[in-house]
Amino acid sequence: MAMLEVKDLYVSYGMIAALKGISFEVNEGEVIALIGANGAGKTTTLHTLTGLLHAKSGSITFDGKELTKTPAHKIVEMGIAHVPEGRRIFQNLTVLDNLKLGAFTRKDKAGIAKDIEEVYELFPRLAERKTQIAGTLSGGEQQMLAMGRALMSKPKIVVMDEPSMGLSPLLVSKIFEIIEMIRERGTTVLLVEQNAKKALAISDRAYVLETGKIVLSGDAHELMNDDSVKKAYLGE
Amino acid sequence: MKNENKAAKKKLAPLTKKSFITYAMVLIAFAVMQILSSGGYISSMLTGLLVPLCVYSILAVSLNLTVGILGELSLGQAGFMCVGAYTSAVFSQLTSETITQPLIRFPLAIIIGGIFAAIFGILIGIPVLRLNGDYLAIVTLAFGEIIKNVFAAMYVGYDSKGVHISLKSLSNLNLENDGTLLLNGPQGISGTPNDSTFLIGAIMLMLTLIIAYNFINSRTGRAVMSIRDNVIAAQSVGLNITKYKLITFALTAFIAGTAGALYSHNFYTLQASKFDYNLSILILVFVVLGGIGNIRGSVIAAVVLVLLPEMLRGISSYRMLIYAVILIVMMIITSNEKSKAFIEANTQKFKALFKRGKTAEAKEAE
Repeated sequence: MAMLEVKDLYVSYGMIAALKGISFEVNEGEVIALIGANGAGKTTTLHTLTGLLHAKSGSITFDGKELTKTPAHKIVEMGIAHVPEGRRIFQNLTVLDNLKLGAFTRKDKAGIAKDIEEVYELFPRLAERKTQIAGTLSGGEQQMLAMGRALMSKPKIVVMDEPSMGLSPLLVSKIFEIIEMIRERGTTVLLVEQNAKKALAISDRAYVLETGKIVLSGDAHELMNDDSVKKAYLGE
Repeated sequence: MKNENKAAKKKLAPLTKKSFITYAMVLIAFAVMQILSSGGYISSMLTGLLVPLCVYSILAVSLNLTVGILGELSLGQAGFMCVGAYTSAVFSQLTSETITQPLIRFPLAIIIGGIFAAIFGILIGIPVLRLNGDYLAIVTLAFGEIIKNVFAAMYVGYDSKGVHISLKSLSNLNLENDGTLLLNGPQGISGTPNDSTFLIGAIMLMLTLIIAYNFINSRTGRAVMSIRDNVIAAQSVGLNITKYKLITFALTAFIAGTAGALYSHNFYTLQASKFDYNLSILILVFVVLGGIGNIRGSVIAAVVLVLLPEMLRGISSYRMLIYAVILIVMMIITSNEKSKAFIEANTQKFKALFKRGKTAEAKEAE
């Protein structure tokens, strides 16, 4: 059984339907990409998964448990961590405080201290700047902090919303390297990206969203060679 | 790595250092005022202001928790203070014969005032904290006014037959001859024992400061500040937003209630009309002027702005004019980016002068 299963999910903002019945699944250990243009419903999907939005109908099951009625803070406890779009870090708190807040749902102090060290290993830049106020970090560092913070809740799956947005090409490559490292640690990743080329390159499977519907899905490398994907998302 | 740990141990965290400076300031101010007043060096008018100074400082610090730390604008501070003032005064009157020792009775009254205010805070917070920004301000403003008007319309007394409550008039209360009147409508409550002293006020201010600084430095405080910084991120790390907003709101109300108790026990009579929206705004002015989120600033602003009108009493007719001008100038100076940079640069220079002889202690920039 899939770790995360989304079935026939409908979400709307008032009268406007954002998701018109999408279904997909994520298996343990996979990296899954969700690609699509602006307004396709990628962020809506993630926000519904993490409890920030509520579904009109359809179901989301995670480890066999229904998520659609669960409040956001409980979902984190269940093992889903969210790296929100646009590097939403806590601007006025230090790097270390941001990481500590990531472990808010945990009680094991020793484990938290150990995981902070692990995050520092993964992101040496954060270790250098641990007492710095997070709002003064560069864009790339803030993105790393948001990712590190998500890892602090010891999630089974991390959902990332446009981690490469607004970063320089060099940093974009760095961020994708980090995603691969996260996967190697055994954490499942659901990745929402506009940078389809990079996202497909590191994913196992992918789903293509278009105006609230999944129009294509399959093996990431096959999709990369798919003509319609090439034309619409890869600019070839 | 090891060296860093050692350094961290030797040097206090910036927040605790800040808090100790504040504690020291309050203690020194208290000692100076105590010596001056016992020596008879200050006017009776200023002596009479000592307890209100503590009251306003406590109110400003507590409101700063909601405005500065939680980042929500609340204009109902006077309402919570009113609840605390009335409930504690009623408690003291009811128990003035059974508990004759004011040192036991008054702390109980303060705690009861705080608890009742906190209950109101939670009751109002549950529906209201779903709102934010301007809407929260409007609703809390309305709450303050409602509380004030309800208390101003209440007649409460008790006699051998039990408790009588009326919202119409004193004669509707039908008190027996042996009855005691507690609340007399717009004339308020009178006969409250005068238990408030400057010493108790100063102790309460210290306790409030300790609570506020520890709150900010705690796990809960970090959670609350993270909500202020970014609601979506706070939710996505698994924070129960409503819970932490409510905790802060209730804590603010509790402290405001204790300040109300201190206030009501400073006067023989107390009218609800004192707790109008001007008072709420005044407390907000202390917070804004002292710096949003800056606990020490709240205390300083409260003290300065309460003393200022009294200091200017000598020039009676121009008093409020000068007060207003000073207020405006202070606001411009503290909010303008250029003036901020100017002050910053000059304090750096000033500190550099001191630093030459000393160690690198004077690094903390405000």
